[in-house]
Formats: sequence, C-alpha cells, structure tokens
Amino acid sequence: MSTVSHAMSYAVADSTTMLRRNLRHQLRNPTLILFIIGIPVVFLLVFVYVFGGTLGAGLGSGVSSGSGSRQDYANYLVPGILVLTIAGGGQGTAISIAMDMTEGIIARFKTMNISRVSVLTGHVLGTLLQTAIALVVVLGVGLLVGFRADANPVEWVAALGLLLLIGLALTWLCVALGLAAKSVETASNTPMPLLLLPFLGSGFAPTDQMPGPVRWFAEHQPFTPFTETLRGLLLGGEIGNDAIVSLAWCAVITVGSYLCAKSLYNRDPSR
Amino acid sequence: MTTATAAPPRSAVRATGLRKSYGDKLVLDGIDLDVAEGTVFALLGPNGAGKTTTVQILSTLINADAGDVLVAGHDLVREPDAVRAAIGVTGQFAAVDNLLTGEENLRLMADLHHLPKAEGRRRIAELLAHFDIVDAARKPALTYSGGMRRRLDLAMGLVTSPRLIFLDEPTTGLDPRSRRHMWQLVRELVAGGVTIFLTTQYLEEADQLADRVAMLDHGRIVAEGTPEELKRLIPGGHISLQFPDTEQLDRAARLLVGSRRDDEALTLQVPNDGSVAALRSLLDQLGHAAIEVAELSIHTPDLDDVFLALTGRPHSTEESR
Repeated sequence: MSTVSHAMSYAVADSTTMLRRNLRHQLRNPTLILFIIGIPVVFLLVFVYVFGGTLGAGLGSGVSSGSGSRQDYANYLVPGILVLTIAGGGQGTAISIAMDMTEGIIARFKTMNISRVSVLTGHVLGTLLQTAIALVVVLGVGLLVGFRADANPVEWVAALGLLLLIGLALTWLCVALGLAAKSVETASNTPMPLLLLPFLGSGFAPTDQMPGPVRWFAEHQPFTPFTETLRGLLLGGEIGNDAIVSLAWCAVITVGSYLCAKSLYNRDPSR
Repeated sequence: MTTATAAPPRSAVRATGLRKSYGDKLVLDGIDLDVAEGTVFALLGPNGAGKTTTVQILSTLINADAGDVLVAGHDLVREPDAVRAAIGVTGQFAAVDNLLTGEENLRLMADLHHLPKAEGRRRIAELLAHFDIVDAARKPALTYSGGMRRRLDLAMGLVTSPRLIFLDEPTTGLDPRSRRHMWQLVRELVAGGVTIFLTTQYLEEADQLADRVAMLDHGRIVAEGTPEELKRLIPGGHISLQFPDTEQLDRAARLLVGSRRDDEALTLQVPNDGSVAALRSLLDQLGHAAIEVAELSIHTPDLDDVFLALTGRPHSTEESR
C-alpha cells in the first residue's frame, strides 16, 4: 500500500482524473480558448499587415534575406507570437485556478486520500493541451500570412520541445499566481506583465536598437532567449548560448513555481 | 455497509484540548469530544460558535493549534492519509463541482477512489437512484435545487462507504420537505452502522437525529449529553395534571405545595424535572392521598430552552474546563 511505486501510480491516476475534470471544465467554458487563440492572432495580423512593411524595412541585415520586406517581418515575428501565445494562456490558468479555489469541491479534495498536488497537475496538463491547440492554430495563421520555416525535422522537434518546456514553466508560474491571488479579479491581473514581456524583448523587434536601460532589461529577461532560440531553430541562424539560458530559465521558473504553488495549495485555507 | 463487529464500542472520534485561533480571534478554546462508533453525534451551536472549524480540523482540512485527536483510530497529525481514507465529508464547506453534471461528480469521486470501472458504474447508478438524482444526472450541478445539491453532496461522500461521515450543516437553508428527506437518508446510513458527526444550528435536527449532543458556544462546549439529559438540565420542566372536578383539584393543590392551578381548565402545574424518580414520587403522593387524576402530561423543556439558558447568559466566566 505504501510502496513508492504504488504511490506514484496513484499520483498518475489522480492527475489523469483531474485532467479529465479540467478538460470537461474547458468544454463547458469554450470562450476561454477563443481568447487564448484570438489575442496572438490579432497581434500577428496587426503587426504583419499594419506595421509589417515598416518594421520589415527596419530589420535590415539583421535577418536572413536582408531585403527587409513584409515577408521577412512575418518570419521574424511568428516565433515571438508563439511565445506570446503561451504567455496568454497563462492568464486563463490563473483565473481558472483562482475560481476553482473558491469552490467547495477543493475542500472536499483536500479531505480525501488522494495525491494532493493532482488538482494542480490536472490544471497544468489541461492548460498545456489547450496551449498546444492554440499554438497549432496560431502557427497555421502564421503560415497563411507568409511565415516560412527553414528547419529540419530535428529542429522542429527541438522547437516543439522548447515550446512545451516554456509552456510548463509559465503554466506552473500562473498556477502559483492564481493560488496567491486573494480574488479572481487579482488573478486575472497578476499574469498581465507576462503579455508585455515579449514586447520588452526581442518578440516584435530586435533589441539592439532599444535605448540603454530598456535594452539591458530586454536582454536579461527570459522571453528574449526563448524567442531567439525558437528563431534559431525555425529559421536557422545563430543560437549561441540562448538555448542553455532558455533551458535554465525554464528549469528555474518551473521548479520555483511548482514548490511555491504546492505550499500555497497546502496552506491553511482560512488563513 | 460495513460489517458488524463483536468488539466493544470504540471511539470514532476522540479529541482532547482542541484549540484553534485565527490571529487573535480564539475560535476553539480547548474542546473535548468522544464519539462512539455507530452513533450519531451532533455539535450544536449558533453561527460562529466554531462548528465548521471543528469539522475542518477533524477532517484534516486545517490544523489545530493544540490538542490530541484520534479519528477512526488514527492520529490526525501523524496519519492524515489514513484518516482521509476512513472518512466522508459533506456539507457546508465541502461541496460539488458546479460545472460537472451529477453523474460526472460521482464519477470523479469513483475515479479518485480508484474503483474499477464496472464497480464504479454500478455504484454511481445505485447512488443516483437512491438519492433521487436520476432525472438530473446529466445536468450540471449548477442548475440543481438546494435539496438536490445536498443529496448529491451526500452521495459523493458515500461512493466508497466510509465508516465515519462528517455532515456539516446538512440541511441549512433547505425547505422542510427536503430537510425531512435528508434526515431520512441520514437515518438509513445510521442503520447501516456508519458513525455520523453532525453539525447543526437546528435544535430539532439534533433532537431528531443525534444520540448525543454537544452544545458549542464561543469555542467551548457548554453542555453535553443525550438530548433528554440536556433538556433535564434546565429548570422549568413541569407536569401538568388534569382533574375530573374541582374537589380533586382543591385536594391536590393543598397536597402539592408550590404548584400553579388553573380553575377553568381544572389543571395543576407541578414543577418537576420529568425524570422517572421524580414522576414516581409524584404519583405515589397522589396515590396515597387517593386523588383521582384524569390526565397527566410531562412538559420537559425543549432544546431551545436549554440552548438559551446555556448560551444566552453573558460570556463572563473565564475558567476553562
């Protein structure tokens, strides 16, 4: 009964059950995924078709072809938009976690002999599936507006793996933010900065033309190495140590947020 | 549900010196509880008395600041998972998943208890039928009426037939019909040998269901006993005697000093605690004097009186139990 493997298999079974619960919730509230897909798609369209010509010209020799067209900007932008898509999903996670915590069912779960963290892993796995769907749709729109990847199968797999790791990190972060929030309203606001970070990085424009402090921030926050690594994998070009830095950020954010979320979940609910 | 055992009665819940405060607000001020297996124990008290906090502690949801507690024979602090495996929790703070249907809620519980698929399906069908949720089984719990919600809530705690069930204010806010239905369901559980730990602010509910009642007020147990014992704690009980004529009434009134007569109704109210001994001595007195009594009724104070008398007075004494 108390063997480790037994406990592990229960933890997996309970997480799967909680994932099913989370997916049912998502089906009952289908507008959320529309938001998660809609926001990056709108940004993609606006930036390619409204700003794309100008921004493409500004890219100059920084990107592969060097001709500086709208097409070049679409190629430059899509990796950033993919990262933005993941960040956008986080807000939904924080909200649904915070809403869930107001429900009595959570108290019931806590008085049951189940793997405690399974409630949270159910949310995380559910969000990852949701994010995966959103990424596929956004990537599809990206292809429609002219994105052309230059990646071999290995690079594609690496890119998907990186997106998954980023997703895992940001989702656990948002689970922790959702648990820390005192109300559902707070939970919908605290992940907002995540949506800004791709802008204050290399998501929409190269960092080298930003003014000093902004550039310093842009080059030291996680979204820049995330985006640059993804760009390198999908479009070819130099990755350098961005890959290592990205993996390190993912590991730190995931582990830190997981521990934080776990202790927030286990705290005395009445405070 | 569980098989009957020949062992002597054990405690389903045994707590000593249970204390809990939130910040500087003292919620439980050292309470002791002992609930025998197979009985219904009611924790009775007004809003804010600490009832829900007590259940939250006993069901492992929150930690006590102090106190030793055994639930279903397991130490609350050292073996919380063993406690969780033995209990079912239903009521005010535990609840249903609003977005899921009744059936999905039960399926969720069956899955979390790792019931094999076929067994889970059978048990769910059983519970849906027994708790009268069949018609609404495929509708989201959000759309349920209060009574149906509570029934689903109770059913969710019973997927694996726990030995000890916590019912936290199971009928608060229900209409009288739903309340009686709920009581019926609880009685059926008790008949199956389950121990029930009930909290309620309704005296009638404790009176109807409980073998023993503890009255909680400002985090302290102010009285404990069977409903009958508690009623007898309070002076004000009396026996009402009705006589066939004025002569008998006169003679009885002379004999029973301190009684109150009502000439029109030909009755006499005699102060009496309603216990068998007091009643026998009264009847002996009347018998020796050969006074004929047409009718006799015993008025024990109801729990309402007990409650008011015990909790209504200002909370000034600071001595601990």
